[in-house]
Amino acid sequence: MKAPTTWMSGNEAIALGAYEAGVHVASGYPGTPSTEIMENLSRYEGVYTEWAPNEKVALEVAIGASFAGGRALATMKHVGVNVAADPLFTASYTGGRGGLVIISADDPEMHSSQNEQDNRNYAFAAKVPMLEPSEPAEAKEYLKIAYQLSEELDTPVFLRITTRIAHVKGIVEKGERAATPISPDIEKMPGKFVMLPANARKRRVAVEERLEKCKEIAETASFNTVEKGDTTRGFITSGVSYLYVKEAFPDAAVLKLGMCWPLPEKMIRQFSESVDELVIVEELDPFLETHIKAMGIACRGKEIIPNQGELNTAIVRRALEPGSGGEIFETPELPMRPPNMCAGCPHRGIFFNLSRMKLFVSGDIGCYTLGFLPPLSAMDSTVCMGAAVPIAHGMVKALGEGSHDKVVSVLGDSTFIHSGITGLINTVYNDSAATLIILDNRITAMTGQQHNPTSGANIKGEAANAIDLEALCRAVGVKHVYVVDPHDVPETRKVLKEAIALEEPSVVISRAPCVLLPELKEKTPVSYFTNQDNCVGCMSCIRLGCPAISWIPFAEGEAERRGYKKKQKGLSKIDEIQCNDCGQCASLCKFNAITRGEG
Amino acid sequence: MKNQGNILFSGVGGQGILLASEITAYSLLAAGFDAKKSEVHGMAQRGGSVTAQLRYGSKVYSPLIEPGKADILVAFEMMEAARYLPYLHRGSQVIVNTQKILPPAVATGQAVYPENVLDLLKEREISVVKVDALELAREVGEVRTVNVVMVGAMSAFLPIDPSVCIEVIEQRVPERFRQVNLQAFAAGQKASQ
Repeated sequence: MKAPTTWMSGNEAIALGAYEAGVHVASGYPGTPSTEIMENLSRYEGVYTEWAPNEKVALEVAIGASFAGGRALATMKHVGVNVAADPLFTASYTGGRGGLVIISADDPEMHSSQNEQDNRNYAFAAKVPMLEPSEPAEAKEYLKIAYQLSEELDTPVFLRITTRIAHVKGIVEKGERAATPISPDIEKMPGKFVMLPANARKRRVAVEERLEKCKEIAETASFNTVEKGDTTRGFITSGVSYLYVKEAFPDAAVLKLGMCWPLPEKMIRQFSESVDELVIVEELDPFLETHIKAMGIACRGKEIIPNQGELNTAIVRRALEPGSGGEIFETPELPMRPPNMCAGCPHRGIFFNLSRMKLFVSGDIGCYTLGFLPPLSAMDSTVCMGAAVPIAHGMVKALGEGSHDKVVSVLGDSTFIHSGITGLINTVYNDSAATLIILDNRITAMTGQQHNPTSGANIKGEAANAIDLEALCRAVGVKHVYVVDPHDVPETRKVLKEAIALEEPSVVISRAPCVLLPELKEKTPVSYFTNQDNCVGCMSCIRLGCPAISWIPFAEGEAERRGYKKKQKGLSKIDEIQCNDCGQCASLCKFNAITRGEG
Repeated sequence: MKNQGNILFSGVGGQGILLASEITAYSLLAAGFDAKKSEVHGMAQRGGSVTAQLRYGSKVYSPLIEPGKADILVAFEMMEAARYLPYLHRGSQVIVNTQKILPPAVATGQAVYPENVLDLLKEREISVVKVDALELAREVGEVRTVNVVMVGAMSAFLPIDPSVCIEVIEQRVPERFRQVNLQAFAAGQKASQ
C-alpha cells in the first residue's frame, strides 16, 4: 500500500512545501479556496503561523519577515489580493531579503466567491513573477522553486492556484525540510526598503532588469516544458487547463507554461513555428493569448474557449471538435437545493427580524450572505468584505435627512475586524446614523471555523488576546451599543427597533456562537419538538427557513378527521436529529406548540 | 478488472460524502491505482447539493469527471441522484440512498418532492441499486454511518477486493468509531447483493 500521507490536497501539498522550503513566517486570512494552506501549515513544527485580521496585514507581516531575512509566506483567496494590493505593488520595488511568496487562490466558477477575477493580471500589473501549478504535486514543487526565484531575483513571487488544485487530492512525494540559505537578523538596507521617490525611482529600474532576467530563466527552466507530439495542432496552456488538454488531446504537441508571467518569448515562438495551428487553452481571461498575440504570433484562444467559468475536458474537446464526446442527458427539472444557514444558526433570528422590518439591508461576505435566500430574503446588497458599513452610510447621505432608519448594515465579527471597523469610524466621523448589526458568532464560520482577533484563540487554538467588540465600538465614538441574543426573536426585534430609531450612530451586537463550533457539537442532545395537538398550522416557525422544520400538508379532509379546525392546511414538524437547540421557533410560537426536551 | 473509472458522489452538505469518497479513494490507491479527487468547500457546503468527484486509472490527469462519463454514481439522497443525470451514460451504475431530505422550497410548502424520481434514470438504461442507508445506519446504532453504508453498497462495483476497503476503514477511522463503521460497511455490502 502506498503511504496514505502522500495522497493530499493541493492546499495540504503547499503547506508541506512551505515546511520543506524552510519557511519561517506565514500569515494569511481565511478565504475559500485558500484556507487549508494555513490550517495545515500551523500543524508543522518550526514554522510561525498566524491568522491576520486581513490580507493586507498578512502580506505586510510576510514582507517584514522577508526584510528580516526569513522565508515568508502570505496566503489569501483571489479577492484577498485586492485588499493586499497596496503593499504588493511596492513590495515589488523593495524586494526583500528572505524569499517572499504570495499564494493567490483563485475561484473560477465562483463556487464560494463574489467574483471570478483572474489574478494572473496582478502578476503583469505588479511586475511580479507568477508560477502556476496544475496539480497538488506540482504545487509543492513550484512553491520551492518560488523561494529560489524570489531570493535569486530579489522579488516577491506569486504562486497562483485555483479551486481545482486547492481542493483536489492527488499523489504527492514527501521530502525533507531544507536549511534556508540565510538566517533572520537585522540588516538595514534603506535604499531598498525606504520607498520615498528618490529611492523608488532607482528601484523602478531594478524591477525592469529583474523581469528581463526572469524571462531568460523562464526560457530554460524546468517548469516550462514542451511535450512533443502531433504538430498539426499544438497547444499552449498552463495551470489546471493543461490537464484538460492532456485528456482531450493526449497525442498533441503541448507547451506547458509553469510560469505564466513573465513569458518565455523565444520558447513560445519556437513552439508556434513547430506546429501548423496554435491553440491557447486557459481559464478566464485571455491572459496568455493577449501576450502571445502581442508577440505577433497567430493563435486561436477565446474565440473558441469560454472566458467565463471553469473549463473541463469536455469543454476543451468540444471547442475544437463540436459534437464530439457522445450523448449527454439533459438536467431534469427538480426543486433547487441551494445552500442554507444551518439548523440553529444564530444569524437566522436576525434575518427573520430584518425580513419583517422593511429596511434596506446592506450586507457583507460570510455565511450570513445566505440571508439573501428565501424565505428570509433579507439582504439587499453584498459587494466585498467590510463594504456593508460604508455602503449604508453612502446611501443615507444620498437619501438625505431623516433616512437613517431606512438602512441597516450587517456583517460578521471577523469581517468587522477585517475591514468593517474603518467604515464604522467613517460613520461616526462623518455623522450618519444607520445602525450596524455585528453578527458575533465567535468564529470565522464560512471558511470552516477559523479563529479571529475576537475569538480568544490563535491559529493553533491556544489562548490569545481577544478584542472586546463593545469597547472597540465605544472607543471609536459609538454611544449606543446593544448586545442581543438572536435566538430570542421577539426581544431582538425590540432592541433593533430602538437602535434603528436613534438619530446617532448605533451598533447592535448579535451574540451567539456558531452551531458548528466543536464544543457545541459535543453537547448533550436536547431538541425542540412540535406538540402536534397545539399546532394550528400558522407557519410562523416554517417561515424561519430552518432545515430542521418541515411543513406537513394535510390531505383532503384530514384536518377534520384528526380533530383540527377544518381550515387548517397542515402541521409543522421538527426533525430532532437536525435540531440544534436554538429555540428561535419556540420564541415565535404563540400557541405553545413547540417545547424543549431531551432527545 | 477495469483499469480506469469515474465515480461521482452526490448528496446534501453534511451527509459525510467527503469521508465516503476518501475511503473509496484510499482503497483504490491501496490497490495500486493513481487517483484524483475533487471537491468544493465554503459556501457550497452549507446544506446545499454537493458532489465529490473521484477518478482512478493508471495515470489520471483531469480531476473533473466529464459530463456523460461517470461510471458509478453514489447518491446519498434520492433527488440528488436525478440531479446529476448529465454526468451519467447508458449503462452507468447508480447506488442510491432512498432517504429523502426536503430542500427549502419543499420544506416550506412552496414545491413538492418529485415522485418516481429514479424512473428518470431507469428510462435511460441506467442500472439503479436502492439502499435504505439511514435505516441500516440506525440498525448498526449510529445514524452518522450512512456514508459508510453507501461505500459498502458500492464496493461490489469497484475493481478491487472489498477486504481492501475494510483495511482502509480499520486504518483511517478513529478507534471509537471503527467497529460501528465496519458494521455499517458490511450492512451496505449485504444490501446491494
